[in-house]
Amino acid sequence: MSPVLEVRDLRVRFGAMAAVRGIDLAIERGQTHCLVGESGCGKSVSALAVMRLLPRGAKLEAGAIRFADEDIARLPERAMRRLRGDRMAMIFQEPMTSLNPAYTIGSQMTEVLRTHRGMGRAAAVERAEAMLARVGVSAPGMRLGQYPHQLSGGLRQRVMIATALLCEPDLLVADEPTTALDVTVQVGILKLLADLKRDLGLAMLLITHDLGVVARIADVVSVMYAGEIVEHAPAGQLFAEPLHPYTRGLLRAIPVPGKVKRGEKLATIPGIVPRTEAGFRGCAFRDRCGFATYECAEPIAARVEGAHRWRCRLEAGWREAA
Amino acid sequence: MLRFLLRSLLLGALVCSTVLVASFLLSRASGNLAINIAGPEASAEAIAKIQHELGLDRPLPVQFYDWAARAAHGDLGRSFLFHEKVSSLIATHFPVTFRLGVFAIVLALVVALPLGIAAALLEGTMFDIAIGAVALLGQAMPSFWLGLLLIIWFGIDLHWLPIAGVETWTGYILPSFVLAFVAIPVILRLTRSGMVDAMRADYVRTARAKGLSRASIVLKHALRNAAMPVVAVSAVQLGFILGGSVVVEVVFNIHGLGYLAWESIGKGDFPVVQAVVLLFSLIFVGLTVASDLVSALLDPRVRGA
Ligand SMILES: Nc1ncnc2c1ncn2[C@@H]1O[C@H](COP(=O)(O)OP(=O)(O)OP(=O)(O)O)[C@@H](O)[C@H]1O
Ligand SMILES: [Mg+2]
Repeated sequence: MSPVLEVRDLRVRFGAMAAVRGIDLAIERGQTHCLVGESGCGKSVSALAVMRLLPRGAKLEAGAIRFADEDIARLPERAMRRLRGDRMAMIFQEPMTSLNPAYTIGSQMTEVLRTHRGMGRAAAVERAEAMLARVGVSAPGMRLGQYPHQLSGGLRQRVMIATALLCEPDLLVADEPTTALDVTVQVGILKLLADLKRDLGLAMLLITHDLGVVARIADVVSVMYAGEIVEHAPAGQLFAEPLHPYTRGLLRAIPVPGKVKRGEKLATIPGIVPRTEAGFRGCAFRDRCGFATYECAEPIAARVEGAHRWRCRLEAGWREAA
Repeated sequence: MLRFLLRSLLLGALVCSTVLVASFLLSRASGNLAINIAGPEASAEAIAKIQHELGLDRPLPVQFYDWAARAAHGDLGRSFLFHEKVSSLIATHFPVTFRLGVFAIVLALVVALPLGIAAALLEGTMFDIAIGAVALLGQAMPSFWLGLLLIIWFGIDLHWLPIAGVETWTGYILPSFVLAFVAIPVILRLTRSGMVDAMRADYVRTARAKGLSRASIVLKHALRNAAMPVVAVSAVQLGFILGGSVVVEVVFNIHGLGYLAWESIGKGDFPVVQAVVLLFSLIFVGLTVASDLVSALLDPRVRGA
């Protein structure tokens, strides 16, 4: 079965700054693919590029985005509009500001069905209500008449999810969907996303910088650093055997219950992320990496071992030395 | 919502009474009506007699109370100049000014809204910059000067439009344009900045992610939010336009309320002056309250509160 979404060598620039430097991604039906990495590494830009929603000033330089059996990287806006909200949908970090304050939930949900399905008002309202109930919103009929400010953050995010799923898309892109929510609410939303993915057979691209979220929901993980995917593996394998020093550093930075002593600091990775201009060569992590040698300034070829892919020239023994 | 309404009404009443007291004191300080009526050669006794007849020799607070009590019952007194009741003077002059104001604000919106939206969508382009420069120039141009220029071009040189009076509806075109000209830059810039913000907002990104049409994104999602302050400001601008009608009516020789005010101020006919001030301040306050109300109704976050 071919993947729902297949991205090859995606490159995005803001002027001279290369925000995404040739990433590859493939997501299959019923799979949750997590994109993780520090703030500013290019996760959101990659997701927006997939949706072809890049802000002004961003240039989609190169790459193929295969979706629904065509390369949508160069698809005209008119054709993209037919895909967005219908075959591919996206939800965002801020459920507070992502809904329009001037319109009711009902209006913002039904317009999707009217646009893509040409549904009449009554049918659209009925479908929206059913979808709200599906994502665990209580009293869905009443919610349709409410405005975003009358809903809690968690409810708003459920509304966003329901809206995204109205047309039963093949791909759901979720950019930090739980980051702005309370921890208890986060768990509920993640569980909902996992259920929906399973029941609807969604391909889900989930962006987060929280490895706790990854551990909970991911089937496959791509770790991003300075605009590149430095390591890619099935979730279990990545947690069990990280092959890139950066992934290793990230994993060390998560608190493990029972193992962290009170007052003891979590490991952090010292140093800052370099600014990657066009023409940057070598491993972007080398300045922060304890194992770097002068060879790391040379271009790094991707290495593959089964389902595991990573970009580091260190031999497998480096971890024992650590 | 009710509390909100009560508060604006109370505030409006306060503003009105302050303006009335001020205009009363100013009109009393600016000259002696009795001398104006009696003429420069009149004897002191004659003046005192007129003052007594008109009640001008009483203490000012008593006079004000007397005037306010009558005004409250709809009796605005008589004009000394026109020998007519002030209320009927206003009744004949008001419709002209009202029509002028409505034409002007409609014209201003018809010009400023599309230009503001276009400038926002073309943010940073030559079009946007040119529109901004023209708006700035427009704001700097005094309306009497623009009025005179238009009279010279369209009235005298081209003979397209009447240069004075409103005997035919074409007479309204030039003066409404002059009045609209003052409001256009304000509404245009507010529309532009509101639309620029809205187009960058997260909910517009959501609308795009939903695959909505460009028209729906711009006109439904962005404009609705950008329009809230525009509506409020347009109501206030209508107040300014009505106030500005004093100059424009004089330049175009249109016998509206503004012209009446100008004439009576010149001749010291202050019962009329005061009635016009009262009416203008009532309209102004009414428009401000209406603008608060409309923006509250447009904003679900306020409406529900
Ligand atoms: N509109 C923009 N204009 C200029 N540069 C931008 C813009 N948006 C993003 N960038 C740059 O692109 C890079 C990647 O940003 P991106 O938003 O994808 O990061 P992220 O991984 O999503 O981070 P976060 O976890 O903070 O959301 C950053 O260095 C950022 O400075
Ligand atoms: Mg982001």
